[in-house]
Amino acid sequence: MIASHRSSLPDDRRIVITGIGLTAPNGDTWTEFRESLLQGRSGVSEYEIRYVGKTLAGVCRFDALRYQTRKDARRGTRAGSVGVYAANEAVRHAGLDWDNCDKARVGVYLGVTEHGNVETEKEIYELKGYDYDTSYWSHHHNPRTVANNPAGEVALNMGITGPHYTIGAACAAGNAGLIQGAQMLLLDECDVALAGGVSESIHTFGIFASFRSQGALAEHQDPTRASRPFDLQRNGIVVAEGGCVFVLERLADARRRGATALGELVGHAINTDATDFVQPNPDRQAQCMQLALRRAGLTAEEIDIVSSHATGTMSGDAQECTALRQVFGASEKTCINNTKSFIGHSMGAAGALELAGNIASFTDGVCHATINVDELDPACDLRGLVLNEPREIARPRYILNNSFGMLGINSVVIVARV
Amino acid sequence: MTPAEIREEILDILSDIAPDEDLSTLNDDVAFREQLELDSMDFLDIVMELRKRHRIQIPEEEYTQLASMASTVAYLAPRMKDIEARP
Repeated sequence: MIASHRSSLPDDRRIVITGIGLTAPNGDTWTEFRESLLQGRSGVSEYEIRYVGKTLAGVCRFDALRYQTRKDARRGTRAGSVGVYAANEAVRHAGLDWDNCDKARVGVYLGVTEHGNVETEKEIYELKGYDYDTSYWSHHHNPRTVANNPAGEVALNMGITGPHYTIGAACAAGNAGLIQGAQMLLLDECDVALAGGVSESIHTFGIFASFRSQGALAEHQDPTRASRPFDLQRNGIVVAEGGCVFVLERLADARRRGATALGELVGHAINTDATDFVQPNPDRQAQCMQLALRRAGLTAEEIDIVSSHATGTMSGDAQECTALRQVFGASEKTCINNTKSFIGHSMGAAGALELAGNIASFTDGVCHATINVDELDPACDLRGLVLNEPREIARPRYILNNSFGMLGINSVVIVARV
Repeated sequence: MTPAEIREEILDILSDIAPDEDLSTLNDDVAFREQLELDSMDFLDIVMELRKRHRIQIPEEEYTQLASMASTVAYLAPRMKDIEARP
């Protein structure tokens, strides 16, 4: 656990972010992603997938072959390719001397919402052409669908021999990956943690079909306007792919090698609603935020930016706003934004990507907006919402990042300027 | 399929399985593994592709017949003689 107040902690008990690698539907580098968020550039486009047909999605366009051979890209999974790209970008961004880095002391911790659906659906689709004769089932199916696959592909690609695994945490997974990485550094299981989350979910028809059956799949004539958390006309989720990997180190190690700390993880919490499979529980969400604040030794009034989880569903957004009102209702300076309004819901990557986009505010002093709010839903009318246009704020110090998921998993991280 | 057509078919399969390799210099009499980065999963890919494309079933104990291009073509020639080459 991150102890109560960071100023009292020695540098080898403080966890900092020293590199960010990502691919999002509106940017393949941290800089490009940030520019898109400040310029209101959406990454949502028309999309088609088997059985479901025409729909919308946040599609990434990163060059998978920048860090992978064609053979490895073919043999692995999309989530693996996303992870390999983001992890390599993160290591490069961190300025690590990778060749001389002890790979046995590097850990890979990637959050996933789901994994294996893409490959299983594909195999069954192809098997139909062979009258369901399972001798035509691919020998690649198991290595592609084991739950550790995306993290394992990163380790394989980068020669990492320390621990690797994924953290299955529904749509709270991006934060959960980050938290896991920090904890493993504190436990001295590794010296460098590559932590974050990945999503290949736009390649499984099941996720679209299930959201549609639930009445929670967004539709709009203009794809770029479809993801609209907090708007009265919101009608569901835009599914997205993406990935974001942070290089995490102990502050002492980062200082020793002269690295720039982009932010410090000063608080976190994960808790569980234990009330419903799908419907969130705002009281438990509020408790999760309060626990993270308490662990960070902060009050709500000290948080400059809240990166909300809201996905664009009628009930989910309103529930989170109820929770946010409980915690931040009296906070005058706290700004609240939403990144899904730009890129859709990147599932296992969401928490990490949304945090990454906001961490840039430590440098540029701007809180990006939540876009596509034409008519604010009164149920979502929060003090501090940054609507449609970015807002300049005076030297932000603390970001609180919400990420929630099905089966009632809530996660919160708080990152401070260093 | 003639032996020449079978050879082309194997090259086509290899170009999918080993897309980073230069197959133009392949020596038919030397084992694939000595010239290409192929592992056991890749050989299973060759077996699977032959099964999918031509319904050729290769028993596991005969996988060693696929060691080189020459041995593969010799092994497949009688089994694929009645299969028409793809246009």
